[in-house]
Amino acid sequence: MFPYHNGRACAPARGSPHSAAMGSLFTNARARGYVYQAVLAAALVALATLAWRNAVANMAARGIPMGFGFWDETAGFDVNQSLISYSALSSYGRAFWVGLLNTLLVGAISIALATPLGFVVGVARLSPNFILSRLALIYVELMRNTPLLLQLYFWYNAVLKALPGPKQSLSFSGVAFLNNRGLYLPRPEFADGAGLVLVALLAGIAAAVAFALYARRRQALTGQISPVALVATLLILAPPLAAYYGLGRPLDFSFAELKGFNLRGGLQLYPEFVALVFGLVTYTAGFIAEIVRAGVNAVSHGQTEAASALGLPRGRTLRLIIVPQAMRLIIPPLTSQWLNIVKNSSLAVFIGYPDLVLVFAGTVLNQTQAAMQVMAVTMGVYLAISLALSALLNAFNARFALKER
Amino acid sequence: MFVREASEPELPPPLLTSGALAWMRAHLFSSPLNTITTLLLVALAVWLVPPLIAWATVDAVWSAPDGALCRAHQEGACWAFIWQKLGYLLYGSYPFEQRWRVDLTEGVGAVLIVWLLWPGAPRRDIGSGLFFVACPVAAYLLLAGAPMLGLSRVDTILWGGVFVSLVTALVGIVVSLPLGVLLALGRRSSLPFVRAASVVFIEVVRGVPFITVLFMANNMLPLFLPPGGESDRFIRPLVGIALFSAAYMAEEVRGGLQTLPRGQYEGAMALGLEYWRMMGLIVLPQALVLVIPGIVNNFIGLFKDTTLVSIVGVNDFLEALDHAMKDPAWAGPSIFATGYAFAALFYFVFCYAMSRYSAAMERRLAAGRRR
Repeated sequence: MFPYHNGRACAPARGSPHSAAMGSLFTNARARGYVYQAVLAAALVALATLAWRNAVANMAARGIPMGFGFWDETAGFDVNQSLISYSALSSYGRAFWVGLLNTLLVGAISIALATPLGFVVGVARLSPNFILSRLALIYVELMRNTPLLLQLYFWYNAVLKALPGPKQSLSFSGVAFLNNRGLYLPRPEFADGAGLVLVALLAGIAAAVAFALYARRRQALTGQISPVALVATLLILAPPLAAYYGLGRPLDFSFAELKGFNLRGGLQLYPEFVALVFGLVTYTAGFIAEIVRAGVNAVSHGQTEAASALGLPRGRTLRLIIVPQAMRLIIPPLTSQWLNIVKNSSLAVFIGYPDLVLVFAGTVLNQTQAAMQVMAVTMGVYLAISLALSALLNAFNARFALKER
Repeated sequence: MFVREASEPELPPPLLTSGALAWMRAHLFSSPLNTITTLLLVALAVWLVPPLIAWATVDAVWSAPDGALCRAHQEGACWAFIWQKLGYLLYGSYPFEQRWRVDLTEGVGAVLIVWLLWPGAPRRDIGSGLFFVACPVAAYLLLAGAPMLGLSRVDTILWGGVFVSLVTALVGIVVSLPLGVLLALGRRSSLPFVRAASVVFIEVVRGVPFITVLFMANNMLPLFLPPGGESDRFIRPLVGIALFSAAYMAEEVRGGLQTLPRGQYEGAMALGLEYWRMMGLIVLPQALVLVIPGIVNNFIGLFKDTTLVSIVGVNDFLEALDHAMKDPAWAGPSIFATGYAFAALFYFVFCYAMSRYSAAMERRLAAGRRR
């Protein structure tokens, strides 16, 4: 409206560069901002320098090594659960990888189990059945209002350690066994040609996805609905089954059996691992359930009513109308729960599962005394995992966020 | 063409519209699947609940001098054990005749917390001044001891039990709330370096597990201090917990700062208030009230996280319980379940009460937006 009034009238009040006297340094907001930042930066640098000099002096006085020379030295301690070959003669660096892989293993398995359990409980919480929804509520409140550490202790000390010995193992139809030495599952034994079964399975999944895409396009073009669920099930199951029998059953399972005083064969999961996974899964599922419930509740009731008005049955309303909208709200907090699982898996140290914290930040740190290096690496690893997960989340959000014009 | 000549007879009223039966029909037996679910769950409850209640009451051992009676009655809880160890579980090894100091601190702390959290309590500014400044100093003098005031020194090595858990959580909140406010302001500052420093601190701390922060505070803090300077074994984890929860607090406060309408900032600027006055007089009083539920939820997490300090040798409640359960005089098959049930009850009562408060506060704050 007043094009050349723009800013001119105020300019002198801000202190023009011509009148840059001493006073303007205090009245000019930008100059003051630079001063504040310079002071903060100087304080941080001074603090860091002081800490660093103290650390160097302290480490020299206590004979603590600087640098990562210890990385290739012999570790000299054993780890009872490892995904890669490891012995007391391996290096500290190898121990680091053992711990990291164990952390990732527990994290991956717990995420894969906690997510469906959380969805089930969350849906149960919304059930019209009064008893079911109350039961889900009790579960959620119990999990969310007691410390995870207490729950882990409970599962480990009061449940798993209190189980009978191998001779009186709890048997689940002879397939799986549970006793105070752990959980025994059937171990898959791969013979020649097992790879082909896997290839057939992957091909079946690819074919099923392709069919689903085709069916969607066909419906969009012609309005005809194809039996996707049935065809997809057949496409996924048939090829690997055909390959399995065609190749003479290359995949077999070995079951645990009682021999002498212990169970032999099968896949033994140690009590520490079982307690950690079980505790993490049940604990986090309580939080995921609340996220799911909140997400579903946040979808406006008008959406359900509009779907009924269109004549969609309840199942399809859920699948096509409610869930896609709820997922948009569920996914971001869900990923932060996944991240919490990875971070909470560090509680392994309390019950003796050899994860990154126990093996590396615990034993390696105590043996080498290289606190700075070990803690920096440990925190760096967790930080990298969380940054990677949040990058994934951002990519997801960019893809699925509500497109608004 | 059909023309109705007489009115249709009235339909009878629905058999049941209200009352217990109608409710059951709507909520328990509305469909075959629903009926099956109800029956299965009732069967499950009948199978599980009575034995649990019997375990906790009828079959339990309520009083015994040592574990012999509990070992004989394995099918029930051993509440005698909890009763016997209650002093240790509450105070750790704090000297018996000095325990009134702990009670006094806890009582004063409880009064101040109620003062702060009670909506509509008078002069909350005085309350917060007492809670965040006066109370910590007084509590330190009272608990650790001040010979010139006639209070004997009590080394932190003797501290333990519930009282240490509460002290840890309260130190966490007293330090982390102001620090979190500063970090949140820093993160929303227009000064790039201040913003970057706040973001890096917040994101790094939130990206790592609490245990690593504790390990760091325990192992690296002594290295950073001048040679010869010894830091207290109990102070180091407290530094860790304060820094850790400050990062989470900062994110809560930032949420509050973001929800506050822009007009509030603009109005303050139009009145000519400079930055700290604007924040202190206009923005923070409104933003902090908005995030009370979030702060309380954060505090629940903090309280649960205090259980981890036992890894660096602090004798918190869970650790004290662990020690008590390893007492050979009491060792028995029912001790672990009893101890953990007691601990779960303790944490549940605290956390559930806080979460109810937070939910009620949320409803109260949303009242203005309700239609």
